[in-house]
Amino acid sequence: MAYHGLPIKSLGETPLLGEGATFRSITEAVSRVTENAAPRGWWVAFLIAFNFTGIMGLAIAYLFWTGVGVWGNNAPVYWAWDITNFVWWIGIGHAGTLISAVLFLFRQKWRTAINRFAEAMTIFAVICALIFPGIHVGRVWHAYYLFPLPNEMQLWPNFKSPLIWDIFAVSTYFTVSLLFWYVGLIPDLATLRDRARNMIRKRIYGALALGWRGSNRAWQNYERAYLILAALSTPLVLSVHSVVSFDFATSVMPGWHTTIFPPYFVAGAVFSGFAMVMTLMLVTRAVYGVRSIVTLKHLELMNKIMLVTGSLVGYAYGMEFFIAWYSGNEYELYVFKNRATGPYAWAYWTMISCNVISPQLFWFKKLRTSIPVMFVISIAINVGMWFERFVIIVTSLHRDFLPSSWGYFRPTLVDIFTYLGTLGFFFTAFLLFIRWVPMIAIAEVKGVLPEADPHYHPEEHGAEAAPVAGQAAEPLAATAEE
Amino acid sequence: MQLFPRQLNKLPLVAAVLGGLAGPAVVLGAWYYNTPKHYQVGYAPTQPVPYSHRLHAGQMGIDCRYCHANVEKSAKAMIPPTQTCMGCHALVKTESAKLAAVRDSWEVGNSIEWVHVHKLPDHAYFDHSVHVNAAVGCVTCHGRVDQMEVVRSEKPINMGWCLDCHRDPTPNLRPRDQVTNMEWTPDMAKNWTPPKVNPPQQCSGCHR
Repeated sequence: MAYHGLPIKSLGETPLLGEGATFRSITEAVSRVTENAAPRGWWVAFLIAFNFTGIMGLAIAYLFWTGVGVWGNNAPVYWAWDITNFVWWIGIGHAGTLISAVLFLFRQKWRTAINRFAEAMTIFAVICALIFPGIHVGRVWHAYYLFPLPNEMQLWPNFKSPLIWDIFAVSTYFTVSLLFWYVGLIPDLATLRDRARNMIRKRIYGALALGWRGSNRAWQNYERAYLILAALSTPLVLSVHSVVSFDFATSVMPGWHTTIFPPYFVAGAVFSGFAMVMTLMLVTRAVYGVRSIVTLKHLELMNKIMLVTGSLVGYAYGMEFFIAWYSGNEYELYVFKNRATGPYAWAYWTMISCNVISPQLFWFKKLRTSIPVMFVISIAINVGMWFERFVIIVTSLHRDFLPSSWGYFRPTLVDIFTYLGTLGFFFTAFLLFIRWVPMIAIAEVKGVLPEADPHYHPEEHGAEAAPVAGQAAEPLAATAEE
Repeated sequence: MQLFPRQLNKLPLVAAVLGGLAGPAVVLGAWYYNTPKHYQVGYAPTQPVPYSHRLHAGQMGIDCRYCHANVEKSAKAMIPPTQTCMGCHALVKTESAKLAAVRDSWEVGNSIEWVHVHKLPDHAYFDHSVHVNAAVGCVTCHGRVDQMEVVRSEKPINMGWCLDCHRDPTPNLRPRDQVTNMEWTPDMAKNWTPPKVNPPQQCSGCHR
């Protein structure tokens, strides 16, 4: 059954884009955001975000100057907000890769409206994530020890340590994501170059478009490169967060030493990533009037993914408790009982309400197609997923085996400012992206317009006369002409 | 419309080649030049007293342990106190201008502020007595001090250099009674078999 051979209408599908979307209107709607002066709201948001970036700079400078003691981490909670933020940010990036790579390979064409957006988010989120392992080492000037570089000490990283796997996983992820994003951008940058009116703009976009002329050969190479990068990125969706989970799972800490961690982390990563895409998309869509490209249908599909991944995460939470009981290991069971009822119960139940309960509302069509509801739930999921990492890291550490090594972690102001600062950096980068780069993949969205279908014919009866699957285009066209 | 001159077509290739070379160049450059081999070897600071090892240890043949008396017993080899100098110089060269600082120190009771030449970082715990008792010669790490007018650092004393010997110590061992002999060579002890020593190679061996 050749799915792609059939015109959209004979499959009973409605076009992905809103009424009145044409090649021209899409180019206009996306390009003009980068061409017209930024609205006042953009400037307000940018200045706020930029200020927080500055605060991050100060918080990190203070950390370097004084040492990691300025954070709340201390025995027995050696990892706290630093690693929580790292895992949270890395997780957020995963939606971008899933949308751009996995959905591409599965031919989910609705991805075209959101993939550029989500990929940009991936890159900025991974940058935010990479800040934390770099700065939490204490003596930052020795951070190069993380990499296998020849040195006079004859020191070499321990390849048996998951922390070094993490370095490779995350840096591979960043490189591939950046390449994927950039390759996808090339035709759209060329569009902006061709529309540019002044020479400087022409030159800048011209240089970035790498001489793209839209020839048949160029498109063939482009499609091939895109497919290869999608195939490279697909395993990364699973591998990167699996490796991040090994940071915990390969240790012997009760609460961390769990085989369910890799799939559980991957599901959580996709879950939080989609929530972040949703939050940002709802705002951008309203502000820049691209509702005809990112339709309610797209949003509903994203909500369904959140429902699936949210339920997977909920299952993992339940399974952790089951195994803790089933293992018969009293220390394991204690950690989980302590999570739900101990001093960090507030964090645990915040996590459960945000991550497990709130996405269940998406079972109802009315709620998953309501913009205010999905906005609130997407923010709740972002919060909940941050708390998930906090709960895993801090509650597992804060009660060591001996009651003399029990403690309670409290963040310091520097912890809080560093975290808010990375949010500021993320939004700064994001606002700059919206301002200067086509935020929707123009060329790809055009590909899902009815006009782009090889079997498209504007007259109604042409489409009706295509009952046989896999029929060649010519008889169809012939029928239409009769 | 032509936005860029034709020669720019070569730019990606040039940038790729230069970019590809720059990273390894920085790493290899730092690996080779940013090492104690380049900034430790040859360090010969001016000392407060123009003491000559060449005269005392070389020409007069005073044993290292006469002044560095703790070298067999403690982690520090010991910089001799003024009293050790004055043990001879209360009688010999009592008027020498070069010894003015020593006599001042003797009269006032202040220490002479010798400048540390072979300085290890604080996080490396080096113990002289262990090395001397395992029969590593002074000359192995300090060079021919008996030929130096001013003491200079001959060896890089960096971690990789330490590890080279810790991984294969035998070539640097000698009979226990030859430790302070600056002129000893392996063919002076043909019938001697080096003892089996097991220097630590784990981190905590030196970084406690």
